[in-house]
Amino acid sequence: METAKVDVIIEKYNGEASSLLAIMQDVQDEANYLPREAVEYISKKLDVPVARIYSMATFYESFHLEPRGKNICTVCMGTACHVRGAERLVEQLERDLDVSSGGTTKDGLFSIEEVNCVGACALGPLLIVNGEYHGNQTTNSVSKLIKKMKKNEGGE
Amino acid sequence: MAKIKTAAELLSYKEALLKKKKDENKKTVAVCCGTGCNAIGAPKVVEAFRAEVAAQGLNDKVEIKATGCQGFCERGTVVTIGDERLWYQRVQPEAVKEIVEKTVKGGEVLDAHLYDDPTTGKKCKTESEIPFYKNQQRLLLGHNAELEPTSIDDYISIGGYEGFVKAVDMGADAVIDEMKKATVRGRGGGGFQAGRKWETCRNVESDKRYIICNADEGDPGAFMDCSILEGKPHSVIEGMLVAAFAIGSDEGYIYVRHEYPLAIRRLTIALEQAREKGFLGENILGSGLNFDIKINRGGGAFVCGESTALMASIEGQVGEPRAKHIHTVVSGLYGKPTNLNNVETYANVPLIMVNGADWYLSKGTKGSPGTKCFSLVGKVNNTGLVEAEMGTTLRQIIFDVGGGIANGRKFKAVQTGGPSGGCLPESKLDLSVDFDTLWEEGSMMGSGGMIVMDDATCMVDTAKYFLNFLKFESCGKCTTCREGLRKLHMLVSEVSEGKGDETTLPMIEELCEVVEKGSLCALGQTGVNPVKSTLKFFREEYEAHIKEKKCPAGVCTSLITYEITDACTGCLVCKKRCPENCISGEKDKKHVIDTEKCIKCGICMDACKFDAIRIY
Repeated sequence: METAKVDVIIEKYNGEASSLLAIMQDVQDEANYLPREAVEYISKKLDVPVARIYSMATFYESFHLEPRGKNICTVCMGTACHVRGAERLVEQLERDLDVSSGGTTKDGLFSIEEVNCVGACALGPLLIVNGEYHGNQTTNSVSKLIKKMKKNEGGE
Repeated sequence: MAKIKTAAELLSYKEALLKKKKDENKKTVAVCCGTGCNAIGAPKVVEAFRAEVAAQGLNDKVEIKATGCQGFCERGTVVTIGDERLWYQRVQPEAVKEIVEKTVKGGEVLDAHLYDDPTTGKKCKTESEIPFYKNQQRLLLGHNAELEPTSIDDYISIGGYEGFVKAVDMGADAVIDEMKKATVRGRGGGGFQAGRKWETCRNVESDKRYIICNADEGDPGAFMDCSILEGKPHSVIEGMLVAAFAIGSDEGYIYVRHEYPLAIRRLTIALEQAREKGFLGENILGSGLNFDIKINRGGGAFVCGESTALMASIEGQVGEPRAKHIHTVVSGLYGKPTNLNNVETYANVPLIMVNGADWYLSKGTKGSPGTKCFSLVGKVNNTGLVEAEMGTTLRQIIFDVGGGIANGRKFKAVQTGGPSGGCLPESKLDLSVDFDTLWEEGSMMGSGGMIVMDDATCMVDTAKYFLNFLKFESCGKCTTCREGLRKLHMLVSEVSEGKGDETTLPMIEELCEVVEKGSLCALGQTGVNPVKSTLKFFREEYEAHIKEKKCPAGVCTSLITYEITDACTGCLVCKKRCPENCISGEKDKKHVIDTEKCIKCGICMDACKFDAIRIY
């Protein structure tokens, strides 16, 4: 990530260290994860130790320290989705994409992530693909969706 | 857009809006665009309506509104038409042309889109005829179908910001007295009286006070606050304004979960509009109050719903709770007196200001006045957002509003209060839902999540689920919480895997007590409730896992076996889909699962169209 872009974000918050969380969130929105260089740059600009930024980044679930896949498949793990079988959707994704939940495929095309609840409980179990919600999913519908996406990516 | 500078200007502005509305005499088509309906394509329905209305030249006769959550998520996309609130369910973009032509233009009711009352078999035309709505009292959510959340004019038309005007008329002392008289209890779960909090915060000597709205709705299976922010964001802003006026604050924060992007978007728009109109800024409506609100996005940490952790997070720190020897109303954000309430609590404030404490006290129970929003989810027929008077029984909510258990199965338990609450069995269904009653039974009302479970839900698995959740969400500051929850999760997992013995349950119980007593904040203190309540009410289920090595609900994979029954037609579908190739059989002949190789993924069961696969 270019430092100029980080500068714009820091400027937006008047360079205040109390806005660290918001700055980190905006950087991640831009880069899809928190690049090491960006963390070091923020540390220098705000005069905050790198260790503190990393402690924040590892404390708050929403941060990623590794690049994420081009397509992000998120399974809602809220209670309503859980009692309707969300766990099995995760297992199906893991099988279809050959990577464990939380990870990214070797080709960098797909990531599997979990979220605690997005409040669309009527549609559970719920799969979110690149921000788009797919409700009432089954292992079968998940497989079909992944197959279609792989095809679109020019894969198998 | 000109600023509204006085109360009189607000009233004349509202009169003008109402007159314009009356003169235009447009028919309203309100399409629900809450998170649930949006997910199944509501924006496309809105687009289709806009296009069709324009195509039929009805732009000056019809108004399309993209509203907040109208509640009945199960039947989305929900569309209500006209003042009589004709209620259409499961509307798809393809149906829009006919609806505009026949219903909107011709006034004809289309049976195909009406709701069938499953108990009477009758078709319900309007919202008020539908049992789901009939059995609720929707003080906070009722207006959702009338207003576009991104329109401040819509909110002003229904009397918006008049609660603040009333508050200014009354004066700060009287506002606090009224809040205390109304005994509004904190809707976030704590149930502490908001009026008393306001009073303490105001009385602390300080040059600066903060107002915070807690919208970090972390309980999985709860979306009340999300829906209020998405549907009626100005009601929360107005509630905060009243608090700021009463307490004497010039700076407010709304801390929202980042998992609620739509709520954040709509709230951002609402704040901008409030600034443009002069409801935020300097000398608001001539009251002398200067106040503005910032949005802070959460970082996905459940513990940040705890007040001290939330404040640490706003300060740009790691969200760890601190001991509350000194309350946050005395020393909170940046060490200043800080009043923190939850979204729903603030949304109640304008209603109390306009209608008075006596009116508020006439709703609900003596100890818990008013209404409460619930997200009714899980294995229930009518999943959705519900608002009921306090004191309504669990049975009324689950069966009268919720329409009972889905797929003809049997009710087993209802989980209230999220990871801090408990599971209550059938024998407790007639309990009144209020702060105190549920607490006495080892559960809690919490923020209002209500997850219904049927006989195919395993209580050991449920306890394991919540422990797993809490284990990850524990901030790690207290040893009992960090290590205790981890160990509890391990022990309950052993039970679910059939590895428990006679020492396991006593050990779980002892550890629950340690975690409960030794933890600093509610995460650990109440985090053992899911285990304790399931052990209290469903002990025989734990014992079945331990002694008989069976999971009676057929959930815990280590203890179940899949089997193909005689209903099998030999269609080969399960055989093809089995990821382990452990199903054998020929076409038109009954198939067999190799139980040694089976990984119990359940794919065959999903794939089977003949219901021929069972778990034993």
